[in-house]
Amino acid sequence: MIAVIDYKAGNLTSVVKTLGYLGAEMLVTQDPEVVRRAEKIVLPGVGHFRATALLEELGITEAVRESVAKGAWFLGVCVGLQWLYEGSTEAPETRGLGHFGGECERFPTVFGGEALKAPHVGWNSLEEIRGDSRLMRGIDEGEFVYYTHSWRAPLSADTAASTPYGGAFTGAVERENVMGVQFHPEKSASVGLRVLRNFIEL
Amino acid sequence: MLTKRIIACLDVRDGRVVKGVQFVDIIDAGDPAELARRHAAGGADEIVLLDITATHEGRGTLLDTVRRTAAALFVPFTVGGGIRSAEDASAVFDAGADKVSINSSAIARPELIGEIGGSFGAQAVIVAIDARRKEGAADPVGEAEVYVSGGRKPTGLRVVDWAREAEQRGAGEILLTSMNTDGMRAGFDCELTARVSEAVQIPVIASGGAGTAEHFADVFGRGRADAALAASIFHFGVTDSRGLKETLRRAGVRVRLPC
Repeated sequence: MIAVIDYKAGNLTSVVKTLGYLGAEMLVTQDPEVVRRAEKIVLPGVGHFRATALLEELGITEAVRESVAKGAWFLGVCVGLQWLYEGSTEAPETRGLGHFGGECERFPTVFGGEALKAPHVGWNSLEEIRGDSRLMRGIDEGEFVYYTHSWRAPLSADTAASTPYGGAFTGAVERENVMGVQFHPEKSASVGLRVLRNFIEL
Repeated sequence: MLTKRIIACLDVRDGRVVKGVQFVDIIDAGDPAELARRHAAGGADEIVLLDITATHEGRGTLLDTVRRTAAALFVPFTVGGGIRSAEDASAVFDAGADKVSINSSAIARPELIGEIGGSFGAQAVIVAIDARRKEGAADPVGEAEVYVSGGRKPTGLRVVDWAREAEQRGAGEILLTSMNTDGMRAGFDCELTARVSEAVQIPVIASGGAGTAEHFADVFGRGRADAALAASIFHFGVTDSRGLKETLRRAGVRVRLPC
């Protein structure tokens, strides 16, 4: 059973709809106890980083920390990925889970001497896909996924796939049972469905 | 590399996709849910559903149409037409839309942009602008004016100024329709699109005038558009996004070619 955390993030409906389409059993919840019992946890999200402040208030942050320490599978989507880091300059007062090191930062306004638009909206390629990534299994180098965001997570050894826009950033992150995608798998056609199926089948 | 987006637009009235030919005959072009899926399978990067019913009774039908269309659609999905409040937007998001497109209602009350963006994020708000060049002005493109009410009413606002204000108020994208080129199938208004694209940091979607693949290549190049929208050329099997994208790729435009 997958616990899908409801913290009033915009894409909850889409993520739930897509997981349901793929045959996943789910419980949409705000209850930390449900999160503690779940084998898998999905944290959706799109919009402002400060929305994740509710996770702390609901006691979800602590529940997630305990669950992942016990080996529950975790997938963060978009802001849900960013929350896995220490925080974001978008809302410095709101802290993330800190499972991965580093802060999420806004795209630069200029890159390589040219103006860079933000938000980064559209279909961009997945590159440097890590061979041992379970989430990216069956996804080929250069395949396209849909992004819409203005803040991004830094590259690290845990990066499972990167995407180039104003320099490379983390498109997918994965360390053992904790994973995240900055793109929207629920909006990324067959490639996105594959990523979600990979997670469901873990 | 970030690709240029091809967006298929469905004009919907009373739950059916319709298409006017020279603004007179309305031809029934099919079921929105089925057409949206066909477009997505055919390589469209996004789907826009534009409600042209604009009646109170039509709202229930619209939400049902949005729900049915979103059910098995796994590409971004925008809904526009008649969204006048954050509550209207919320109902459309609940039914499965990812973004809303607002036009006249944003002109009437610009705070609406921030109200929707505040709850659902800037990425969920597209401000649509209907623009007409100011003929006779020293700079007809720079002085291009914003129109509302389906292009019937001039507002006195300069397109570039309104686009900048929409961005400052938290719009995530601009959908720019040139009334000079709309429906002519003779190419997008590249000069105007470029002017708006350079004035804002957010992506600009060009609309109005698509007829051939060359028109798309032109608006992505000279017009500096981030995405381009078309309706009629995709209906009745005239062309699909895949064919269009293959031509664009040969012309050196970065596009997503689904397998």
